[in-house]
Amino acid sequence: MSPAARERRQGWGLVAPALIWLLAFFLIPFAVMLALSFAHMEERTVVHGFDPGNYVRIFTDWTMFKALVNSIEITLVVSVVSVILAYPLAAIIAFRVPKRWQRLALLLAVLPFWTSYVVRSYAWLLVLGQNGVLNKALLGLGLISAPLEIAATRTATVIGFVHFFVMLLTLTIYANLIQLSPNYARAAQDLGAGRFQTFRHVILPLTLPGVVTGAFLTFVLCIGDYITPQILGGNNELTLPQLIMLQMGRGGNFPLASALSVVLMLVVTLAYLLSARWLRLDRV
Amino acid sequence: MMRALSWLYLAAAYLFIFLPVAVLVVFSFQDGRLPVPPLQGMSLKWYEKVLSDGDLMAALVNSLIVALISSAVALVLGFLAAHALARVKLPGSVLMRVLIIAPMTVSTLIIGLGLLTFFNQIGIRPSLLATGIGHVVINLPLCFAITYAAMGDHQKNAERAARDLGASEAQVLWLVSAPMLAPALAAAFFLSVTFSWDEFIIAFLLTRFDVTLPVEIWSMLRSGLSPATNAIGSLVFLVSIGVVVLAEIFILRRRA
Repeated sequence: MSPAARERRQGWGLVAPALIWLLAFFLIPFAVMLALSFAHMEERTVVHGFDPGNYVRIFTDWTMFKALVNSIEITLVVSVVSVILAYPLAAIIAFRVPKRWQRLALLLAVLPFWTSYVVRSYAWLLVLGQNGVLNKALLGLGLISAPLEIAATRTATVIGFVHFFVMLLTLTIYANLIQLSPNYARAAQDLGAGRFQTFRHVILPLTLPGVVTGAFLTFVLCIGDYITPQILGGNNELTLPQLIMLQMGRGGNFPLASALSVVLMLVVTLAYLLSARWLRLDRV
Repeated sequence: MMRALSWLYLAAAYLFIFLPVAVLVVFSFQDGRLPVPPLQGMSLKWYEKVLSDGDLMAALVNSLIVALISSAVALVLGFLAAHALARVKLPGSVLMRVLIIAPMTVSTLIIGLGLLTFFNQIGIRPSLLATGIGHVVINLPLCFAITYAAMGDHQKNAERAARDLGASEAQVLWLVSAPMLAPALAAAFFLSVTFSWDEFIIAFLLTRFDVTLPVEIWSMLRSGLSPATNAIGSLVFLVSIGVVVLAEIFILRRRA
């Protein structure tokens, strides 16, 4: 056997375990779920077959379709707001905070990352609830006369999400900003660009791939999350993951839950295709 | 003006970021039955309650075991695959890289649901093992990406030199590649452990009687607000911070 052939065989040997694992526990399960999404329920048993009924139902039954719309709306708002809030924070840490304090500033900015995810949503409930810290503070200051009803609304869900993703995006955007050579900004200013022009035409385009990558990650994590809307949003309006869990839990309707998951996956794929031009997933 | 605005923004951002955590920790000391204002005095009774809660402590140990083992498996699989794909030109290597990275872009809910339906059909019951299998699926891409990104020419040359001197492939991996990549491997392992430790939805779907900590905390939440939840949340926070500080000191010292 030639050295090249031997090398290739060793290569296959090394990559095989990872591939087999993902085939067995990622691709095949997904295929099983895809097949199941075309089954339907009779009484309480699953009847396999090729029945697009679940998909028809998702797009014609208003409560189902509304969950899809809710999820997309919440996710878009969260992604945009998070980027808008995180960019200045990352920029201030990268350009205003003295070099030797930057690591600490960044570490502090993502500190709550290290609380448990479930507990973080719960903590926001304590802040936003009817008797929560925010209402007590505003009432105490006399700024409002009756407690605000934020908990169990979409606003609470969005606040909880934005909190999490501002931390994530600050990290990714900071990493991008710090890699830029200061010469770019200097050159632009030498050529007569103002502060805003420098940002608009030099810094922003150069950091765009990082921003889009972060926003895409936000989109994926946000649209698939069950905990935050379940704890903070209440049951007044459902998101797609809540609906999926509901179908599985109470209804035991695995085929419908599978179809909803496939739709969720398609939305993510669509987001991927729309942002693919700027995505750098290999350098997150 | 701009400068003052920057500092103001920074302060506001930190306030927003720390607010829920501060509330969580402060009201874990609440000497009353509800973790909301007014603060009725300081007490450690909720910590006592949490630490003597057998279910909670069992869940904590379960979480630790699942996190450590699943991360180790993900690291080994990811490292071997990265090593092969960075070094050898294989037909379809781009496709393989895409497949290995793919689980990163799929919601964990979908991965969990897929595994649940699959395991149902082949008769595997929900358990910590099933959860661990799922956690390897979500952490493998991460371990692969981090180690793959860390492999440079410098390392390739050292590996080639070792091979020329007669080292077997296993020796190259164990004595040359792994030590040279130690910081990246440590980072990948550390991140995987934190993700697995905190992962909820897969664990929720794939466990029944033995559960992990996030699932146990979830069932505590369902019985309403209680300072006990604050206490366990604060403890998790404290431990995580401890680990981060240790990692930071460890890494900083290595750099110095």
